[in-house]
Amino acid sequence: MKFQFESIADFIAMNGHGPYVWASYAITFAVLIFLLISPLLQKKAFVKQQIKQQKLAQANNTASEATE
Amino acid sequence: MAWQWFHRLGSPRWFYEKTTPWLPWLATLSIALIVTAAVWGLAFAPADFKQGNSYRIIYIHVPAAFLALAGYYIMAISGAVGLIWKMKLPFMVMKAAAPIGALLTFVSLVTGSIWGKPTWGTWWEWDARITSMLILFFLYLGMIALQQAFTQRDTADKASAVLALVGMVNIPIIYKSVDWWNTLHQPATIKFTSKSSIDPSMLYPLLMMVIGFYLFYALILLLNTRVEILRRENRTQWVNDLISTTNKRA
Repeated sequence: MKFQFESIADFIAMNGHGPYVWASYAITFAVLIFLLISPLLQKKAFVKQQIKQQKLAQANNTASEATE
Repeated sequence: MAWQWFHRLGSPRWFYEKTTPWLPWLATLSIALIVTAAVWGLAFAPADFKQGNSYRIIYIHVPAAFLALAGYYIMAISGAVGLIWKMKLPFMVMKAAAPIGALLTFVSLVTGSIWGKPTWGTWWEWDARITSMLILFFLYLGMIALQQAFTQRDTADKASAVLALVGMVNIPIIYKSVDWWNTLHQPATIKFTSKSSIDPSMLYPLLMMVIGFYLFYALILLLNTRVEILRRENRTQWVNDLISTTNKRA
């Protein structure tokens, strides 16, 4: 197991294939991160909305109790 | 009682609660494997004697393509189970699998295209493997569109399950495309029945990445399914209780 390149600059250039390799990895990791974050955000939004509804329901209940 | 687990599997609540402790393990393990394999593949695996360094794209192209196909199986089988046993949960899994599959197919198409430029001298070629993968991408998009085309949840689930099953015909075509037609795409690198046509020093990081991708897929499929469970069960007592406890903790 050994580092395959002479230097970091060499590693980034990849003998001219750098742009292809790095672009592929960048796109892939961007998609993977999106795939991970998106359900987390969706859950957060869902919880927020539910809490709002619960509060609304509670407020309605107390309001109707007050009028009775 | 042997079938008890199967009936339990139909219960969204049971599924939601059972899978909660898996999430941190899946996340840690999959991210560690993917990052290690990426560093290994990019910096420490030897360059290919024919393709040079461009071959390093294999470490993300092949796992993404594997999961694009495996994800289709999962989606179609869930659809079939939902149709046959009239269970709710499989339909939620099916719905969650569609956008993930679409994005992974997109990744395999884009990375393949980028890899094609320095290797074949072209970004795109209408050959059998690439075209059948493009059809897979459209099938996934069709699934997403069909889910939103019906106002009735039940109808949307059944219709998309049928589409997923019909689309299964494309899967063997994708697998066999490199053997049936004369194509630019190279034949399979990893073979399970005979010796792989890749050196172990290049194979190990690839296998590691494939395992990492599978675990990552499991993680995001679970996360998406769990959100779908919450949305569809939002009027039930257990979801209400769950929300109240998270609210108190926050």
